[in-house]
Amino acid sequence: MVLLVFSIAGMLAMWLDRKITARLQFRVGPPWYQNFADLVKLTGKETLIPEKANIFMFVTAPVLGVIATTVAGTVILLVFKKQVSFPADAILILYLLTIPSLAIILGGSASGNVLAAVGTSREMKLLLGYELPFACSLVISAVKSGATTSLSNIIQFQQQNGAILGSFSGVIGFVIGVIALQGKLGFVPFDLAEAEGEIAGGSLIEYSGLLLGLFKLTKAILLVTGPLFLISLYMGGINLSSASGIIAGILKYVLILVLFILIKNTNPRLRIDQALRLFWGWLTLSGIAGILLAIAGW
Amino acid sequence: MNLKTKALKKSLWVYHMSGGSCNNCDIEILDCLTPKFDIERFGIVLVGSPRHADVLLCTGIVNKKCVERVKEVYKQTAKPCVVVAIGACACSGGIFREGYQMGGPLDKIIPVDVYIPGCPPKPEAMIAGIVKVLEKLK
Repeated sequence: MVLLVFSIAGMLAMWLDRKITARLQFRVGPPWYQNFADLVKLTGKETLIPEKANIFMFVTAPVLGVIATTVAGTVILLVFKKQVSFPADAILILYLLTIPSLAIILGGSASGNVLAAVGTSREMKLLLGYELPFACSLVISAVKSGATTSLSNIIQFQQQNGAILGSFSGVIGFVIGVIALQGKLGFVPFDLAEAEGEIAGGSLIEYSGLLLGLFKLTKAILLVTGPLFLISLYMGGINLSSASGIIAGILKYVLILVLFILIKNTNPRLRIDQALRLFWGWLTLSGIAGILLAIAGW
Repeated sequence: MNLKTKALKKSLWVYHMSGGSCNNCDIEILDCLTPKFDIERFGIVLVGSPRHADVLLCTGIVNKKCVERVKEVYKQTAKPCVVVAIGACACSGGIFREGYQMGGPLDKIIPVDVYIPGCPPKPEAMIAGIVKVLEKLK
């Protein structure tokens, strides 16, 4: 059920991405059902498994990604809906959101292709790169809401005292979170792991049919859960009990999504060393500065 | 016509392979993706790997070195797939018909479904070819 809701929302988000990209390039762009058609088509295609592949890992990796993103989404939805929460569930979501990248790494290295190996090594470095600033972003939000890592406490704090995005350190944390999530989603400044031009799809090069569809689905679901996580950390979450709350939530989500798409369309791809320098240099430093500011109460 | 075929017709992913072409057809293929023609409207995108492809576009006389490669790429493509020969060279050999390096034309090597002649074919001709591909998928 949750999987279905998240897949549909994710597919529509992917369509929005393609449509806005097309409009920015003065094109018309695909119709709204495009990504559904892609997925249905991929289920009907032949699934090839390369000779050199480790079959077990090759088949499990995409399933793992879908499961992890769906579980992360379920935890966030539960917090929104029933305020059910347990200590440190924000950290749980942080971990769950790394699994899609791990799935790509596993699948890429199990497929026994040289180009996939190049893509995988880039994905690994990228993963090491963006996790650090993303964790900084989480810590800023946690410190601001009174040193708690429970997502419902963070949301309750924001409902009483206004969104964390309104404060100085909150803005820093939000910007870092958006850029790190851009890397997590593999959107353009950081799409070097699946660079179509040079390494022909990177880690996903050997995937076809249903398994490729599962990877696309993972990405679609991640496109929903990632921004929802940011919304709950910095924009006060989504109130699912009233219609106005749901509409406000959708607006917040679309705002973050459009931000992603604009960053994607206005930046060229970074090399891996540039991406790492950005993540470990500027973003982590400003993350630490943000944590200090948050402790100082700014 | 079942749902999967319908979906396939709405989302053709194209892998573009060059069998020793002069690059003119390849440029015209990319023209189809520009704002003027914009075939992403119909769900057509270029992909980087034959594993993802539904349509194989082949340009150029397939020269003797390329014959094995073209066969290999065709084997690697996930079926069902449609093979399209683009340009006079891939269709018949064109002006290189008598050349010593001639290994093709394409339909001697792999089964071809749609031929788009021209040197190079216009983007309009390619869109007409796509329509023929769609008819073929019925």
